[in-house]
Amino acid sequence: MSGIAIKATSVVKSFGEGSAKVMALKGLEFEARFGEMVYIVGPSGSGKTTFLSVLSGILRPDSGTVLVEGADIWSMPANALAAFRLNKIGFVFQDYHLFPRLTTIENTAIPLILRRRDWDQSLREALGYLDIVGLKERAQLPPVKLSGGEQQRVAISRAIVGQPDFLVFDEPTASLDGETGRSIVRFVKEKVLNDRRCIIVVTHDSRIYEFASRILTMEDGKLTGTMPVPA
Amino acid sequence: MKGIFRLAFKLLVNDKAKFSALIVGITFAVFLMVQMTSLFAGILDHSSSTVLNVGATMWVMDPSVQTVANSIGMPDYVLDAVRSIPGVKFAAPLYSGVALLKLPDGAWQAATVIGLDDSTLFGRPELIRGKIQDIYAENAFIAVYDSEFKKLGNPQIGSELQINDHRARIVGIAKVNVSSLFGLPTLYTTYYRALQYIPNPRFTISYVLVEPKTPRDIPAIKKAVAKIGYRAVTKSEFIGMISAFYKYQTGIGTNILIMTVISFLVGLSISGQTFYTFIIENLEKFGALKAIGATNNELVAMILFQAAFTSLTGYGLGIGLCTLLVTLAKVRLPSYASMITYFNLAVAFVMVLFIAGFSSYVGVRRVLRIEPFDIFRS
Repeated sequence: MSGIAIKATSVVKSFGEGSAKVMALKGLEFEARFGEMVYIVGPSGSGKTTFLSVLSGILRPDSGTVLVEGADIWSMPANALAAFRLNKIGFVFQDYHLFPRLTTIENTAIPLILRRRDWDQSLREALGYLDIVGLKERAQLPPVKLSGGEQQRVAISRAIVGQPDFLVFDEPTASLDGETGRSIVRFVKEKVLNDRRCIIVVTHDSRIYEFASRILTMEDGKLTGTMPVPA
Repeated sequence: MKGIFRLAFKLLVNDKAKFSALIVGITFAVFLMVQMTSLFAGILDHSSSTVLNVGATMWVMDPSVQTVANSIGMPDYVLDAVRSIPGVKFAAPLYSGVALLKLPDGAWQAATVIGLDDSTLFGRPELIRGKIQDIYAENAFIAVYDSEFKKLGNPQIGSELQINDHRARIVGIAKVNVSSLFGLPTLYTTYYRALQYIPNPRFTISYVLVEPKTPRDIPAIKKAVAKIGYRAVTKSEFIGMISAFYKYQTGIGTNILIMTVISFLVGLSISGQTFYTFIIENLEKFGALKAIGATNNELVAMILFQAAFTSLTGYGLGIGLCTLLVTLAKVRLPSYASMITYFNLAVAFVMVLFIAGFSSYVGVRRVLRIEPFDIFRS
């Protein structure tokens, strides 16, 4: 599968009203294919995270369309959109947002539990994904007992446990040291990305640029071009 | 939803500090609410002890009577007039008064004396020792074996004491359903012996006990009694009158109500605030769940489950704690007037539901307002 995974057309998003109105996205056009790991890079305040939120169905644009596998996600009712996110999109947040009161395996199983899967079955499947990210032995520990890199890997296992078609990473290496960040992204490229999946990464960490399929630059609410992927 | 509820359960109970604070808050609120209302129920129950123990279907009394303990003497013709009312199967006089006893050890003790109709002994208690016919013997009294019995010096059959310099002899030991409110032991004797032993005003009949031929005769009996200037009430009406007196004319009801409301507010504030803090601390996590794909309905269900689980656990523990303390208190103080009724439990349950509803409401409002985008932006 190497068709168009996601296509955004004329996406506009603003915040505030009147004189305080800020145009965050100014008519963006975007396309990504399955099998790609697309980076969106740019300075803080350029609208990267806003754009990622619009693409992943959690922030409604003022105008424009977002087609995911051909479906216009912003024409969906709220519950249908929530179900779409649950089944099609995996999220890795900048601060991971793991539940400190749950064990690592329970954190990983959350998307399956939200899909109304049996609890024990969900945990069994989650354990398999923890094995993939190399944390099987730490399955019963709470996230606070894990290092930053390990927590990031738990967040990744939570994102992929439901086998989503799209993964969105928001500043995945912001809280990690250089080597750990690189190893995490290398792991994602080697073990998570495949030709049935599309990954979009928002970052301004140039140390991980080498793992991108494409790098798009963004500035002042617009995609301004591409930059070469370092060898 | 089972897995989602399990998730909510783990999020709740694994936060041990907050969960403990929530449980303790609700437990003590329930404990105080049930304790207060049970105390009141106990007081009301004990205040009607004579009515309950005598058990007559109807009571005729002076219209100014407010409680059974404060009877106003009626002239003898009232008894005859009541007996002549159509629909009255039979009527018997009852004496109820307080006497000062001198015990064998020289101590003085006040006691309630009930004088039963000499010919019928209507309203007599159930004897656990002795024979009822011995009440006709010289100086005969029957002592009630209740929580106040020991105040008579634990008398046996044949024990003697003095009432107004008259010799009184215990000829039987009886049991009753309910002890009196004011901590006085009770003695039963015949109506005329009670009049002989206790100084009395001009009119001596405290109450006329009436048995109607059928329940349909009760309204007519009431009207006929009212025509002669007295009042006839059924047993339940009399208990209602006594309850109303203690509720509205003694301040007890108001004080208990205030304490119950304070308990409720304490529980509401502790639980509401703790639950709100719990939600606020987990707000980002709820936002993350929303981003991942949880619907608002699922998040609301999680919060309601957490609030309901906490409230019902606290309710159970509060009831248990109250029951334990009432039981312990009754072991030490047998006359301790506290009674946990289904009504008390229902009142506390409704209040706990309100606490749960309020706590959930403030949490749900915040969770529904959070946008998944805020999680990215954070």
